Amino acid sequence: MTAPPLLEVRNLRVVYPGDDGDFRAVRNVSFSLGRERLGIVGESGSGKSTTGRAIMGLIPRPGRVEADAMRLGDADLTRLNERGFRRLRGKRIAMVMQDPKFSLDPVMTVGKQVAETHRYHFRSSWKAARTAALEMLEAVHIRDPERVYAQYPHQISGGMGQRVMIAMMLIAGPEILIADEPTSALDVSVQQQVLAIMDEMVRSRGMGLILISHNLRLVSSFCDRVLVMYAGQIVESCRANRLHAATHPYTRGLLTALPELGNRRAELPQLRRDPEWLADLPAQVGTAP
Amino acid sequence: MSATNLRIGAPTGWRGWLLDSAPASRNQARLGRWYRAWLGLRRNGLAMTGLVIVLALVFVALFAPLFANHAAAYTQTLTDRLQPMSWAHPFGTDELGRDIYARVVFGSRTTLTIVALVSLIVVPVGLAMGLPAGYFGGWIDAVLMRLTDIFLAFPRLVLALAFAAALGPGIENAVIAISLTAWPPYARLARAETLTWRHAEFIEAAELQGASHLRILFTQIVPLSMPSVIIRLTLDMAGIILTAAGLGFLGLGAQPPSPEWGAMVSSGRQYLLDQWWVATIPGLAIFVVSLGFNLLGDGLRDLSDSRG
Amino acid sequence: MIELDRVSVTYGVGHTALRAVQDVSLRIASGEALGLVGESGSGKSTVLRAVAGLIPHAEGRIAIDGRVLPNRRPRESRKIIQMVFQDPYGSLHPNQTVDQTLSAPIAIHRLGDAERRIMAALTEVGLGREHRYRYPHQLSGGQRQRVAIARALILEPRALLLDEPTSALDVSVQAEILNLLTRLRRDHGLTMLMVSHDLAVIAHICDRIGVMRGGRLLEMTTAAAMAEGRVSDPYSQQLLRANQTLDPAAIADVTA
Repeated sequence: MTAPPLLEVRNLRVVYPGDDGDFRAVRNVSFSLGRERLGIVGESGSGKSTTGRAIMGLIPRPGRVEADAMRLGDADLTRLNERGFRRLRGKRIAMVMQDPKFSLDPVMTVGKQVAETHRYHFRSSWKAARTAALEMLEAVHIRDPERVYAQYPHQISGGMGQRVMIAMMLIAGPEILIADEPTSALDVSVQQQVLAIMDEMVRSRGMGLILISHNLRLVSSFCDRVLVMYAGQIVESCRANRLHAATHPYTRGLLTALPELGNRRAELPQLRRDPEWLADLPAQVGTAP
Repeated sequence: MSATNLRIGAPTGWRGWLLDSAPASRNQARLGRWYRAWLGLRRNGLAMTGLVIVLALVFVALFAPLFANHAAAYTQTLTDRLQPMSWAHPFGTDELGRDIYARVVFGSRTTLTIVALVSLIVVPVGLAMGLPAGYFGGWIDAVLMRLTDIFLAFPRLVLALAFAAALGPGIENAVIAISLTAWPPYARLARAETLTWRHAEFIEAAELQGASHLRILFTQIVPLSMPSVIIRLTLDMAGIILTAAGLGFLGLGAQPPSPEWGAMVSSGRQYLLDQWWVATIPGLAIFVVSLGFNLLGDGLRDLSDSRG
Repeated sequence: MIELDRVSVTYGVGHTALRAVQDVSLRIASGEALGLVGESGSGKSTVLRAVAGLIPHAEGRIAIDGRVLPNRRPRESRKIIQMVFQDPYGSLHPNQTVDQTLSAPIAIHRLGDAERRIMAALTEVGLGREHRYRYPHQLSGGQRQRVAIARALILEPRALLLDEPTSALDVSVQAEILNLLTRLRRDHGLTMLMVSHDLAVIAHICDRIGVMRGGRLLEMTTAAAMAEGRVSDPYSQQLLRANQTLDPAAIADVTA
């Protein structure tokens, strides 16, 4: 790696205090992100989404975020307060969530929401914002941007909604996009389109992408590099096209547990969770091998 | 998953037993649930203040003779009328020479009686109207809700006054009058709650198991609707106490010589300028108890919001 | 065991009416597992709910075990056919312990012997005594789905309707639930009708697979034929491709 990374995270920890003790949702997480597509896979509760949210400064109280270092270019994320994060979000780092139905304001036309984001970050006029929004909608391959601009979220399909979300998130030209299960709520045929659009946008703009997903197949065919998380830690990191040759028993277990069309097994191998996987790993830097 | 390594400082002893995520019996499960709710409530300072006030009201009402002399609340001593505050009469005396402190203490019984009776009438009536309306829909809904609308269309205090006047003054009639005007919002609430759960998968699952409508209503929907009904009731309590006091003030509530806070304010008002304590002390009692119920209700609502 | 003859479901009236299911006919033999695959809005779940008797205005003829059932199901028929829902978070009553959830059907049908039946059902789905008095929020997604399966099994039905039973679960948990379903089917000779958007999951459990789109049953084929790519309908082929590989050139311009 010659160019400095866009994002560097060293020993990230997220802790939620509770009645029955403090819960360590994320621990010892270190990685750096360049202009690449990084996948984070794991099952629910593995801390993959919490990691994404911690980077965005979206961990609600009383949760605590600590890190030895968390840098976005020249900005030190560990020192930011809520206001500082608000200025950063959208402008330099953006996030696409699972369901556009919940991320879009139901009483505002989708075009206006995209334009609003432009206005917020560039203090532009409504006219300029509108033009930029229409261009953006076109960039995510919406054929009739004028028409979609004037529609409300409930009038568009899930796939279209996710395209609009991508347009909205990228309009301020962030360096990094974090996509948290961006296609899990969509039908398979639409999933592919949304992923392909995201890929095109991220490549043409030289951005870094973090794709958070539970879907190993999807991550391995879409990303350059994969981090596998279990119980709040990164247990394995490898090149995406080498995921099938993963060594950690957890990753292997996940791979073999998938039913396959054309390979019907009487019994699917079940994942045996070794308590040793819970042990604290030494903080390692998840750079490319 | 054994999460021992992920949790730090897990509780032990009886707290550990209550917070155990794998209870060994029905009772442990239930107690654990209550304990968690209590922990949530305890974090809310204002709600705890409200709870303390409400508990104090109940305690004082139940054990009134321990706090004040029953005779002092009723015996008229005309030589002692309108005495200011003193060691003998901490809140002074009224126009008939009765000890105001003792009357406020015994008045809490009247207040508590009204509160309890109104709750016992309003909640079942509201549920009986609202649950079937939300659950069955169609014409049942239409009939029950129009009936509710009719009661809602009258101004509450005026309706209560009319009932109290028609039925004749007295505490039982005041309770009936207040209840008749207080139930419609509960019917609306119960209907709205029922509608949110009506098409939940667990209701369908119960249906698929052959559960009758009655069983589904009572075992599935009522337990889910109760929290918001109780919260609403707690928040309404202040209004009910004030209405009761209002009826008492107008002479339509509890009858003399029984001590009732509203009636006490009423009889004290002619001495307001010179003997301010006669009206102010029972007024303060009304204020504090209403505030207590409101704070508690707000706290309970926060608790249920944060859980939902 | 399960027979559908020209079953249709329409929502709404007039020209805003939506035909969610149109003339679907199929037969499932006793002990057979049949799967319906399709995307959202294909009507697959509606078919399942109609068979369960959850759609009072369904048209057409539905027969179970040789008896034509009215849309208002008699209580006895509940013992023959039971259903497992998609969302393990929504299908259990949030205020009831596992114990309460499992006792209800025993009380409704006056089966008696509750203690033994509850423990047997829990053991059957791989849960233990320690789970019996937990509330749903104290269980993981997989454990909840096991409870939902135990609830369906407690009446000892002969047929099970499965509505995307694993789509809300993690991969490793999905494998456990799929294995559990396979074992239950083998041990009890259960007839199954399963619905999913995931072809691999359907093909793992089912022998025959029906492809649905827009409320119609497009094609009835077998898991083996699917695996070899032998499907005739163009939509089935498209679905098959989408399930197999991720196509980076899938960008399509869309209109609203």
